[in-house]
Amino acid sequence: MEHLELFFKSIFIDNMVFATFLGMCSFLAVSKKVSTAVGLGAAVIFVLAITVPLNWLLDQYILQPGALTWLGPEYADYDLSFLSFILFIATIATMVQLVEIVVEKFSPALYNSLGIFLPLIAVNCAILGGSLFMQSREIPSLGLAVTYGVGSGIGWFLAILAIAAIREKIRYSNVPPPLRGLGITFITTGLMAIGFMSFGGMLTGGDEEAAAKPKKQVIQMNGDENKKKIELKENSVTEEKENTTALNE
Amino acid sequence: MGLLSKKDAKLITDPLADNNPITIQVLGICSALAITAELKASIVMAIAVMFVLAMGNVVISLMRNIIPPKIRIIVQLVVVAALVIIVDLVLKAYAYELSKTLSVFVGLIITNCIIMGRFEAFALANGPWQSFLDGIGNAAGYGLILIIVGFFRELLGSGTLLGFKVLGDPIEKTGVYAYGYENNGFMLLAPMALIVLGIIIWVQRSRNTALIEEH
Repeated sequence: MEHLELFFKSIFIDNMVFATFLGMCSFLAVSKKVSTAVGLGAAVIFVLAITVPLNWLLDQYILQPGALTWLGPEYADYDLSFLSFILFIATIATMVQLVEIVVEKFSPALYNSLGIFLPLIAVNCAILGGSLFMQSREIPSLGLAVTYGVGSGIGWFLAILAIAAIREKIRYSNVPPPLRGLGITFITTGLMAIGFMSFGGMLTGGDEEAAAKPKKQVIQMNGDENKKKIELKENSVTEEKENTTALNE
Repeated sequence: MGLLSKKDAKLITDPLADNNPITIQVLGICSALAITAELKASIVMAIAVMFVLAMGNVVISLMRNIIPPKIRIIVQLVVVAALVIIVDLVLKAYAYELSKTLSVFVGLIITNCIIMGRFEAFALANGPWQSFLDGIGNAAGYGLILIIVGFFRELLGSGTLLGFKVLGDPIEKTGVYAYGYENNGFMLLAPMALIVLGIIIWVQRSRNTALIEEH
């Protein structure tokens, strides 16, 4: 059950593009046509699904404080987490290289359609971001790490697919010249991100949708019950919370 | 500026306007959006990127003739990762609160496209002093955009700048709040950063029409 919850959470609520803005550079550069966007999105799902569990294993058995106890009890004090960045990026670069070799050997057609994107993906922040968020959110098991990787990848894929479709159509619209290309893409992505915020209440049930509304409406509510719900909800905007609790006093 | 030749000075001034890494080269967008809710975080991130980019450029430039082409990317990644680990540890030691705000985005400096982009485009083909200046220039351009976005987001979103309440106190209703002004809490949320960046691009391209794209 928690797999399903994590899956939907990583696609819609913690969407890599709309909630945390990972992978924006290639998102903006490759989204001019739907076909290239699909290719890159598929490659991202693939690489995330492989690297997040691998980095989870690395984190669990080598990097975490006290992780080296399987070598012997005298290693219990070792904390190698400062090496996380180097080891994660090394795993990612190696895996991407391996995947590229394997794909080229076994499926030249697939290689031709997404091969050029694979080296680009090694330095895509979405991939490293997936592993770093997996580490900072302390995902507890390997299965959940796989779910998180696949879910995040699908979320990114959805985002780039949507923006590519919009960009293809917007070429026929009368966009003001200074906004053409990059500017209108930024604004459109911003509007899509606002739209995706509506998924925030998805996993908390209907009665907490009051707490999920933006700040303006929250101030007008009174009562301790709502205040508790607001405080329980994971909210990245801490200033709003301070203002509302102060006003409720 | 007397000790920099005209060509060298251009390395610093170009990225500040016409060749800005974020708005023209489309690099380094991820962190520009995610951490700019506070001006202080933006400034610290800009300084961190300046350190990594300038030092990294110098190191890669010094090694440029001995790096085998096949493992170029891996070498660059290792250099950047080592520099970012240093930045991360310094931040954790001297500015713990801020390192919590920046959380994973310090680590994501490794994959910040500006850094790899400048390594490939400049450091691998030029000497150390020019690479250093190029690093400073591009990081300054990046920092400028970060600070502009952070300035507007913090000012309009929470009425403060660097933590100082500049518009008055919202609870006591002094200053501008006495006239009914309310903080736009939405500015602190992720999507507004994208829209603010879109507006910055609009302004920049209106002033310099050579930068307008076809569509």
